[in-house]
Amino acid sequence: MSAAELLRRSISEVGAELADRNVSAVELCDAALERVAASDGAIGAFLAVTPERAREEARSSDARRARGDARGPLDGVPVALKDIFLTKGIPTTAGSRILEGFLPPYDATVVERLSAAGAVSLGKLNMDEFAMGSSNENSAYKPCHNPWDLARTPGGSSGGSAAAVAARQVFGTLGTDTGGSIREPAAFCGVVGVKPTYGRVSRYGVIAFASSLDQVGPFGKTVSDAALLLGAIAGHDPRDATSSTRPVDDYLSGLERGAAGLRIGVPKEWFQEGLDPGVEQAVRAALATYEKLGAKLVEVSFPHTRYAVGAYYLIAPAEASSNLARYDGVRYGLRAKASGLREMYAESRHQGFGPEPKRRIMLGTYALSAGYYDAYYLRAQKVRTLIRQDFDRAFQSCDLVAGPVTPTAAFRLGEKVDDPLQMYLADIFTIPCNLAALPGLSLPCGLHPSQRLPIGLQLVGRPFDEATLLRAARALEREQGPLPAPAGA
Amino acid sequence: MSLSLEEVRRVASLARLRLSPEEEELFAGQLSAILDHVKQLEELDVSAVEPMTHALAAGEATELRPDEPLPGLEPEAALANAPARDGTAFQVPRIIE
Repeated sequence: MSAAELLRRSISEVGAELADRNVSAVELCDAALERVAASDGAIGAFLAVTPERAREEARSSDARRARGDARGPLDGVPVALKDIFLTKGIPTTAGSRILEGFLPPYDATVVERLSAAGAVSLGKLNMDEFAMGSSNENSAYKPCHNPWDLARTPGGSSGGSAAAVAARQVFGTLGTDTGGSIREPAAFCGVVGVKPTYGRVSRYGVIAFASSLDQVGPFGKTVSDAALLLGAIAGHDPRDATSSTRPVDDYLSGLERGAAGLRIGVPKEWFQEGLDPGVEQAVRAALATYEKLGAKLVEVSFPHTRYAVGAYYLIAPAEASSNLARYDGVRYGLRAKASGLREMYAESRHQGFGPEPKRRIMLGTYALSAGYYDAYYLRAQKVRTLIRQDFDRAFQSCDLVAGPVTPTAAFRLGEKVDDPLQMYLADIFTIPCNLAALPGLSLPCGLHPSQRLPIGLQLVGRPFDEATLLRAARALEREQGPLPAPAGA
Repeated sequence: MSLSLEEVRRVASLARLRLSPEEEELFAGQLSAILDHVKQLEELDVSAVEPMTHALAAGEATELRPDEPLPGLEPEAALANAPARDGTAFQVPRIIE
């Protein structure tokens, strides 16, 4: 089998090749590294490739397998990590100049867990600075391009994580999702992305953006790959006090149960003006397929949808302004030369932060400042309750909710950079799920009829019911067949 | 609503963030546009609504770890990324004359 064919396989397929010794982990790792070397100049998914470490991990994997000690379906499988996860001794920047050269003293819990499962990490992936953005254009290092059309955004903030899977550079990746940063790039790049319930996956060692919204999740070519990766990282972590002690479901065992009998809520407010007709057509076709498969479509109403972006862009910047206070030039990161301590703080932050973190620090500081707290932050937290209640009400008549991930397919690089509000409004369908702390999933549901770009279907479930989302996603994937890889991948 | 340059400077000072004059101009305009959008929230009567103060639903199973001392980062590991250090301390510009 050629290297390109191998890299097009799913994790379970390539796992079988590894188990049968048709390919070694080192050969697979080299194939992936070569693919990265050949393709990433044009795509820009990686901020750092770590070939020596990857080969060393691959050699360990082969040695385990030779001893009969293989650790399971991820052992020897090449993956990569958004550069927001701390990796001990490996530069971690969060896409920001303020962390250039930072070497973390420990691994994030999710990094430890993937490594314990035997996965081989090829390096760190491009992202919007501090995960703030919807196009990856806020990376302080370099742009990332959509493998389907290099003139377009891969989405953000986990743009590199989606692009690397779409370009068949690695088999799976991890990202984070605060307002859509997994689901939006997954939709734009034609891959599967899962944002788990808040509390399902540990945030320990994940560089914080907005702590009441941030959640870690996987990207994969297939639903089963995403399920496998989610199963590897989910579960209680004593080092994250917000991580739930609920047992983790076996995401693979119920995957093939089909969609028959599922009640799928369709929020009418997610199909209103602003939704591209080509996106609507693909999403409606997916819903019709669900009906054909025996699911029941139920109309539900989310009257507070139009307030979600406003509430989010107060709450997330407020939390960010607090979280980013730690970058002060004292303990790590960039320190500017200045005469006094206060000048040193202000100048280090001036030089180290790019425009988007500055904008959000300003917005958040303003919203939290004396005289404005009640009018902005407190009101937004109350609206957050109303948005959560929209979902609670819907889940009385349905098992999950389905709709578009984004109002349009991938937009052109440069199209929205000068108008932050337009960029923020692109998050309208993904933000409610974060505000309500629920699990969400993005699944390719076809190509845009005129643009020939991938379109995502979003599924949102009850708290901790990732299993139902994955089962429903798999039912559609099985029926519609896999999305082809983009040209050249 | 429109944010004045003085207000932008006051907020930047609270955030310990120096802005260039160009950034002050830019943010005054952009933040005003964003705050205009956020004004929408005032359409809602939230007088009887409790704020969502935690992302985990009440009663969600979490666990506080026992209050036992555990080893933390060794000083050398904690200081390894320090821009400037003095022995086992982070060095900063002089604070007291």
